Amino acid sequence: MSATLSVSVQRGTDGRRIDRFEVPRQPAQTVLDVVTWIQREADPTLAYRFACRVGMCGSCAMTVNGKPRWTCRTRVETVAPDGCLTLEPLRNMPVVKDLVVDMAPFFAKWTAAHGVFTPRENLGADFAVVPPSSPERRAADAAIECIGCGVCYSACDVVAWRSDYLGPAALNRAWTLVNDVRDGHARERLVAVAGDAGCHACHSHGSCTQHCPKSLSPTASIAGLKRAVLRATLRGEL
Amino acid sequence: MTAARLFLLQRASAAVLALAVLVHLATIIIAVRGGLTAGEILGRTSGNVAWLAFYALFVIAAAIHAPIGLRNILREWTGWRGRSCDLAMMLLSAALLALGLRAAWAVYAA
Repeated sequence: MSATLSVSVQRGTDGRRIDRFEVPRQPAQTVLDVVTWIQREADPTLAYRFACRVGMCGSCAMTVNGKPRWTCRTRVETVAPDGCLTLEPLRNMPVVKDLVVDMAPFFAKWTAAHGVFTPRENLGADFAVVPPSSPERRAADAAIECIGCGVCYSACDVVAWRSDYLGPAALNRAWTLVNDVRDGHARERLVAVAGDAGCHACHSHGSCTQHCPKSLSPTASIAGLKRAVLRATLRGEL
Repeated sequence: MTAARLFLLQRASAAVLALAVLVHLATIIIAVRGGLTAGEILGRTSGNVAWLAFYALFVIAAAIHAPIGLRNILREWTGWRGRSCDLAMMLLSAALLALGLRAAWAVYAA
């Protein structure tokens, strides 16, 4: 193992400028450690985003050697055995500066996919009882742990081809709500995700599932939405 | 027509095509293996309502399936959308239907 890492970092907003840094290697060093070292020791103008540093918040996601990852949970030795790192911002979102992207379009699609819990009218004043073993709850639980880091959205080729495609995270969120028996906007949500840029635009490539740091499967959620839309269409509800 | 209905139509027509293509290919292989001439084949299909119904169904499924799939590809890869694209796909569907049914009828009425 060499004493330093050779790190290429995309700078600015247009993707044309690449700066190179030599960063001292440390045991159990994460990619976030590398970026932090560059900002503190080499170039204080480097812009990047992080908060928790322990895989809770999802804000440190970047493209590391071509793949979207949480940098705080990515050890250098696992992604750069040759000592070379290339760091770029997440794909499919506008770059604010350097490694920071604007996530507003990403979250706007959560709203467009009706990814908001809307209680049904006759829910009652008492607590709703939802058996954890019920099929609906199990389907929702399988997808519920998404923290909105944008890694799947960045990995999705369909988003790259069609900027209006709702994307895996928003559709995954919609799937959890379709399976929430307390929710009252099932039809509105199915209408929202069954549009031209909704679940039917997915090619089932599985890049979202491949890259999700939480090991979720948005691909399965989108397939579930397609089935739900199909059932509603056959019943004449859509 | 909504995206959901187009999706349903495309999947339903694909299910018909999966079976129809298998029957079609098996028929070709069996017919050729037996050393049949075109005249002998037409002799068997001529006046056969079952073959006419089968190929009519095949043509209808193809006329539904292909334009919906092509429409998706065009919208995604060329950005051609809107009424002009939908109209072009309807024309394609009508052409497939007319040419296919004409061929099926020709084999029946030969």
